[in-house]
Amino acid sequence: MLHIPLLRAGQPYQSLSTIEVLNSQTGEPMAVMSQANRGLISRDMLSISDHKRVLDQFTVADLIQVSQIAGQHFMQAELPIGQQLQSPNDYIAQLSTSTGVPKTLCRQNMNKIATVLNHVDDVLGGLTRGLDLSILDKGWGQQHGRMLGYLCCADSLGGILPSNSAGVHSLWVPSIALKVPLVLKPGSTEPWSPYRIAQAFIKAGCPPEAFNLYPTSHDGATEILLRTDRSVLYGSESTVAPWRSDPKVQIHGTGWSKILVGEDALTNWEQYLEMMITSVAENSGRSCINTSSIWVPAQGQQIAEAVAGQLSQIQALPLDHPEARLSAFFDPQIAHRLVDMIEGYLKIPGAIDISSQLFEVESVVETDGYTFLMPKVIYCSDPSHPLANTEFLFPFVSVVEAPQSKILNLIGSTLVASVLTEDQVWITDLLHSPDIERLNLGAIPTNHISWDQPHEGNLFDLLYRQRAMQADQRLATA
Amino acid sequence: MTIEPVSDPPSGLSSSMLPADLIASAREALDAHVRHVVNCHFDPEKGTPFWLTYAQKLGFDPRHKINGYNDLRLLGHFQDEWLRGGPIRKWIPKALADQPVYVFETGGSTGLPKSRISIRDFQIDYELFSQHLSTETFPTGSDWLMLGPSGPRRLRLAVEHLAQIRGGICFLVDLDPRWVSKLVKIGKHQEFEAYRDHVVGQALQLLRAHDNIHCLFTTPKLLEALCEKISLNKVGITGIFCGGTEMNAQFHRFAREELVPGIDFVPTYGNTLMGLAYSKPFDSSTGSEDEPADRYSITYYPPYPRAVIELVDPDAPDQAVDYDQTGRVMLTTLTEEFFMPRFLERDEAERARPTEQFPWDGVRDLRLFSELKETVPVGVY
Repeated sequence: MLHIPLLRAGQPYQSLSTIEVLNSQTGEPMAVMSQANRGLISRDMLSISDHKRVLDQFTVADLIQVSQIAGQHFMQAELPIGQQLQSPNDYIAQLSTSTGVPKTLCRQNMNKIATVLNHVDDVLGGLTRGLDLSILDKGWGQQHGRMLGYLCCADSLGGILPSNSAGVHSLWVPSIALKVPLVLKPGSTEPWSPYRIAQAFIKAGCPPEAFNLYPTSHDGATEILLRTDRSVLYGSESTVAPWRSDPKVQIHGTGWSKILVGEDALTNWEQYLEMMITSVAENSGRSCINTSSIWVPAQGQQIAEAVAGQLSQIQALPLDHPEARLSAFFDPQIAHRLVDMIEGYLKIPGAIDISSQLFEVESVVETDGYTFLMPKVIYCSDPSHPLANTEFLFPFVSVVEAPQSKILNLIGSTLVASVLTEDQVWITDLLHSPDIERLNLGAIPTNHISWDQPHEGNLFDLLYRQRAMQADQRLATA
Repeated sequence: MTIEPVSDPPSGLSSSMLPADLIASAREALDAHVRHVVNCHFDPEKGTPFWLTYAQKLGFDPRHKINGYNDLRLLGHFQDEWLRGGPIRKWIPKALADQPVYVFETGGSTGLPKSRISIRDFQIDYELFSQHLSTETFPTGSDWLMLGPSGPRRLRLAVEHLAQIRGGICFLVDLDPRWVSKLVKIGKHQEFEAYRDHVVGQALQLLRAHDNIHCLFTTPKLLEALCEKISLNKVGITGIFCGGTEMNAQFHRFAREELVPGIDFVPTYGNTLMGLAYSKPFDSSTGSEDEPADRYSITYYPPYPRAVIELVDPDAPDQAVDYDQTGRVMLTTLTEEFFMPRFLERDEAERARPTEQFPWDGVRDLRLFSELKETVPVGVY
């Protein structure tokens, strides 16, 4: 059976502690994965500054080129995984099998990662707001007649990574071009993408020392967060809560992304239906940037019925079906627990399950060994209902009715808000809302990413800080 | 009543005997020891108040019915709830009522801590254990550093006694495991790290200041933290006695290969209720794939006949599992001070065969019982 080893400074290491990676359809093991003990991680971290020095010998321009070549290898090459070679199709098949994500969606996410690698120069341009990146090589320089100095704050970037959607890995890959080695804990069902990205980089000429992959326990994850100078943490509210006040840790928690509909847009809300469906259901609703609630000042039930009608067309199809849009749950027990939770909340007045009541959509479909949660639309007449502002790992959306004047006070933390309005007063209020991380004005689906915009914090700002810098004329022009 | 062990330690058995004879001899010694201990605790004049009360509900006199280890099932399973809360004096045998009594507590990870009285048991346990330590790597006359949990735990006094009977003096650095557990539980990871650094910093001071410290007791996590700051080889440590929390084969390998290569590393399993188990000496001969023959598995043998570990079917605890099969730990402690028959522990392991050195059953790759894995925090320090 395939054994996925750790990568310690790019070198494979087979641990005596292993866990099984399971087939989401059969429950049978498809691979074993080495587990790093906590002390091994902390011991390796003693050498991380040496690994950083190795990356520092490259220019950012060199590493952009390496990233672009890595993007090609990621898409096309046979790359090592343990003692085996993995083709692009193997990768898609393994990713789909362990996570329950249809192959079509796996391929979309693969393309997303490759796009960022191929266009990492554009991504860095957006993150640095057009900084001349050679300034990072020297640490200082002049641009637009101004002296600029930047200090790299991290010998490594830690990453506690999720399993829900491979596309998320596109967010940390620019770290290499920014000369910062990676210390990653892959998700328990998704080691495939971080491993393949690392091997693509190594094949492209990146120093192996830049990659440390440690599948590990919560204990090991804590060690990564404590030992790396900067890190990104993906997880549920309970996972991220202890780290919220740590400025070294960039939190990627629950998204609670939303579509907000203004009073002026209600007259022709039907024209936004497709945008709503895309926002809710694309990528099987697994991303934090998928819409989990639509807030409207009126006509909530009508909108909910229209959305539910469209979503009811989505079928539970085999993962290799070309039309598959819905992911299976890798752990059926989780699916059943979520349904129980939702049904429990529905007993509280103020929310109606439109999908079930109007379209007779079953909550759970179990077929051919897979367990699917079918898309669900809830109409909430009470904006304080527990289902009004929640998020699940499947296409789930609440259509919540509340006066426009109160919506901004009710929405709470919102990773992406796509706002349908031309009301300039409301737009001004939206621009001032501290609850909204990314603001889309107009019919832009919440899950559409512009790569030159930061996402949940800016990776460049996390890894570098601008310093005050002066140099005398002779040195400045040397 | 004497407080010495009632039988010779296992090393007293003749090595020229056949293994089957060795096993039979050990078993005979166990059965005799069981009769002796049952007589002690159920004697109306000299026995233990708890067990005398318990006997009234039995409808028979255990002294007459229990003739060996297998008969202990007549008493059912010891319940850990009996050790939670007082009165603590119900556990003191009347025959020992005039002796100074210690009370030790378990970690408290499964609720209110269990309390156990001890008079000389902890010293006897460590005296027996001492016989299995190398005098080359744990030299007599050298000093010790005990870096680990003390407080209401037995470890501090026990390790200090071990050092003293080997002619050494024990330096002590305390760690409060309950505080550590609390910090981890509430997600105060940075505070945990600061506390760990505080503890390790004190150990570093002692190691640098006292060059006769050659022996170390510590927990796996503290060993990792210590080795990040210092080479234990360079400060003269030659033997490490490591335990206190769960240890697996990967940690064992990591310790031998990377943390403390060249230092005698002795994993141990002990707890307040049992005493201290011996670990099978590490077999460094090469097996398949260039790995040591035992793949760094850790096999423990209880301090027979003072304690017996059986691995049983979790769903049918009267049924022992076969060799190399996984079972739940059922622990029996048999001393004149403390009697604990057939207690179902929170651990599981694989059943290991007797050896010439330890001609009774052992346990391999001990770990938290899988049904409890999500509810009990372990190994946080």
